[in-house]
Amino acid sequence: MSDLLRRLGGLALLVVALALPLVLNDFWLQTGLFVMAAAIGAVGLTLLVGVAGQLSLGHAAFAAIGAYVYAWSTGETTTSVTGGGLPPLLGLALAALVAAGVGAAFSPVAGRLRGIYLGLATLGLVFIVRHLLLNLTDWTGGFTGRSVESFALGGFSFSNRDPDYLAVGGVEFEGLHRLWYLFLLLAVVACWLAGNLRASRTGRAWANVRDSETAAAAMGIGVARAKAAAFVVSSAYAGTAGAMLALAYGRVAPDVFSLTASVDFLVMIVLGGLGSVAGAVVGALFVTALPLVLAEYSSALPFLAAPGSGGLDPSTASRIVYGVAIIAVLVFLRGGLAGAGRRLRHRLGGGGPSGDAGTTDPDTPGPGPAGRTAPASGTTDPSTPDGSHPAAVTHPRSKETTR
Amino acid sequence: MSYFLTQVLNGLSYGLVLSLIAAGFAIVFTSTGVLNFAHGSIVLLGAYLVAVLHPTIGFWPAMLVALFGAALVGVLINALLVRNLADPTPGAAAILMLGVDIVLLTELTRRIGNQVLPVGAPWGASVVRFGEIALPTGRVVAAGVTVVAFAALWYLFSRTDLGVGMRAAAADGPTASLMGIRLSRTAATGWALAGVLAAVAGVFLTSFPSPGVAPTIALSAFAAIPAWVLGGFDSVPGAVVGGLLIGLTSALVTGYEGDLEHVLGAGFGEVAPYVVMIVVLLVRPSGLMGSKEAVRV
Repeated sequence: MSDLLRRLGGLALLVVALALPLVLNDFWLQTGLFVMAAAIGAVGLTLLVGVAGQLSLGHAAFAAIGAYVYAWSTGETTTSVTGGGLPPLLGLALAALVAAGVGAAFSPVAGRLRGIYLGLATLGLVFIVRHLLLNLTDWTGGFTGRSVESFALGGFSFSNRDPDYLAVGGVEFEGLHRLWYLFLLLAVVACWLAGNLRASRTGRAWANVRDSETAAAAMGIGVARAKAAAFVVSSAYAGTAGAMLALAYGRVAPDVFSLTASVDFLVMIVLGGLGSVAGAVVGALFVTALPLVLAEYSSALPFLAAPGSGGLDPSTASRIVYGVAIIAVLVFLRGGLAGAGRRLRHRLGGGGPSGDAGTTDPDTPGPGPAGRTAPASGTTDPSTPDGSHPAAVTHPRSKETTR
Repeated sequence: MSYFLTQVLNGLSYGLVLSLIAAGFAIVFTSTGVLNFAHGSIVLLGAYLVAVLHPTIGFWPAMLVALFGAALVGVLINALLVRNLADPTPGAAAILMLGVDIVLLTELTRRIGNQVLPVGAPWGASVVRFGEIALPTGRVVAAGVTVVAFAALWYLFSRTDLGVGMRAAAADGPTASLMGIRLSRTAATGWALAGVLAAVAGVFLTSFPSPGVAPTIALSAFAAIPAWVLGGFDSVPGAVVGGLLIGLTSALVTGYEGDLEHVLGAGFGEVAPYVVMIVVLLVRPSGLMGSKEAVRV
C-alpha cells in the first residue's frame, strides 16, 4: 500500500470521526469520549513501553495527577475543597505540565532501572498517588473525589449551556457533541506528534536504548537522559488523558485511577501492538468500549446476566474477554494487531524485497492519520507510486531494531 | 512496651507469610525469568480451594488438594503459555502474566461474589499468650510452617541434584542445558514450588485474624512484591529478609497510625511497603541480597 493511499485512508477516518456526532446517541458519544481520552494515554504509554522499552505500571498515577491538577486548577473554592479558578485551557496545559514534571522527578529512579525492575518501581507510584489522593482532602475531595468544571474557551462552553442552543445540520450540539470535537482535535494532534516523535532522531534513540543500552551508549546516546525524556513525554500524555477523563466523567475520584487502570493501559498497547500509534488507538477502542457496550446491551445478549445475580455480568464478561485476548495476542499474534495488519498488507501487496523484516520492525508506521513514513529515511518521495512496502525503505534500520 | 512487642511479633509473623509469597516470585523469576503478576491470583486460588473443599473432605485433605491445584496451575501456565510466547522477552512474559491474572482473578471473584468464605483452619480463632503478649495461634503456626518450608527449600537448593540443577539453570541456562540439565524440568519444578508456597501462604493470609477468603487477598499478595524486590530479585534468603522487613514496617506503621497520621495520612500502612521499595531500588537497584548485573562491553 503506498503512502498516498495510507494518507487517504487516514483522512477518510478523520472525516467519519468528524461526522459521527451527527448520528450517534448520547451513550455512543460518551463512549467515544472515553475512548479518545484513553487513546491519548495509550499512545503515551506505547512511546514509553513500545518505543523506549521501559515497562511502566504507573501510567494511571500520572493520569490521576493530570485529572486532579485540571480539577483543582479550574475549580472554585467551596466549603469542602479548594480550587485555583484558572481558565480551563490553562488547566489543561497545567495538567500535562505537572504530570510531566512528576515524571521528571521520578526519572532518577527510571534512569537507573530497566525493564521489569522499572515496572515494579512504577507499581509503587500507583499506590503512593492513591494514598495522596485519599489524604489531601482539601485539594482532592478524598475518597468521594470532586466535581470538575466543564471546559470553556473564550465564552464558548463545552457543556449544555453557553450557548444554550447550538445546532449543526438539524442536530442539537450539546456538551457531549462539543467535547467530541475538542477530544478529536487533541487525539489527532497527540497521534501526529507521537508518530513524528517516533520517527525523529529522539524516537530512534529511544528504540536504540530499548534494543541495547550498551550499544546505544556506545553510539553516543545518553541512556539515562533518553529514558528520562521518554518518561517525561509519556507522563505528559498521561496527564492530558487524565484531564480528558475528568472532563468526560465530570467528576474525579481515586478509584478511577487504580492499578486496574494502569493494567488497562498496558492491555491496550499490547493488543494493538507495542510501539504502534495506530495500534494503541485500536487497543484503546477495544478495551474502553467493550465493557461499556456489553453493559449497555446486556439485556439483548442472552449469555449475560444482570449484575449481582451471580451469573456472568457484563463487566466480568468483558474482563475475561480481554484477559483472554491479551493472552491470545501474546501467544499467537506477533506484534499485536498492528503486526498482524502489517503482515496482511504485506501479503496483499504481493510482498516485497524486504521479506519478513516488517514483522518485528516497530519503526514501520501503522495506518491512520499519524502513520507517516519516517521522514529521516528521505530516500523516496511519498507520492511515488512504487508500490513497495515502507519496510523496504526502513530496512537498513530494521537490522538494528530486530531482536 | 508490651504493645510495641506485640506489634513487632505480629509484624514478623506476617512478614514470614509475605516471605513465602516473595520466595514464590523469586523462584519463578530465577527458574524462568518471568515476573509472575498472576502470583496473587494463585495465592487466592489456593485459599479458595481450601475454603470450598474443607466442609466436605476436611481441612487437611483440602489443603493437600489446594497445594496440588496451585502447583498444577503454575506448571500449566508455564508449559502452555509462557513457553509458547510469540516474542519471549521478560516484558512480554510479565504482560502475559497480567492477562492470566485478569482471567484467574475475575473468575475467582465471580465465584466468591460478596461472600467471605472461612477456610476452616483447625487452630480457629484461638490466641497464644506469652506473658503480656497475645498472638493469634494461626500466626504462630504460620511462623513455624514458614521456617520449616524455608529449611526444606535450603535443603533442596543445596543438597539435591534437582535443586542444584535449578540453580545451574538459573545461572546460565544454555550451559546447564549442555551439561544435561533439562530446563523444562527445572522450570516446571520452579513453578510448582511457587504454587505450593502460594497455597500455603493463602491459607495463612485468610485464617484468623483475617475473616476469610475474599478477592482482596490477591491484592494483599501484591504487598509481597516490595518484599521480593527489597530482598533481591533472584535470592530466596533475600525474600525472607525482605518479607520480615516489610512485615515489620507495615505492622509498626499501622500499629502507631494514631501518632503518624498527622504527618503521613490515614492508611499509610498499605503504602509504606511501596515507599520502602522505591527508596531501596533507588539506592540498590538489585535489592539487598540480589546478584548485581554486570555489563561488559
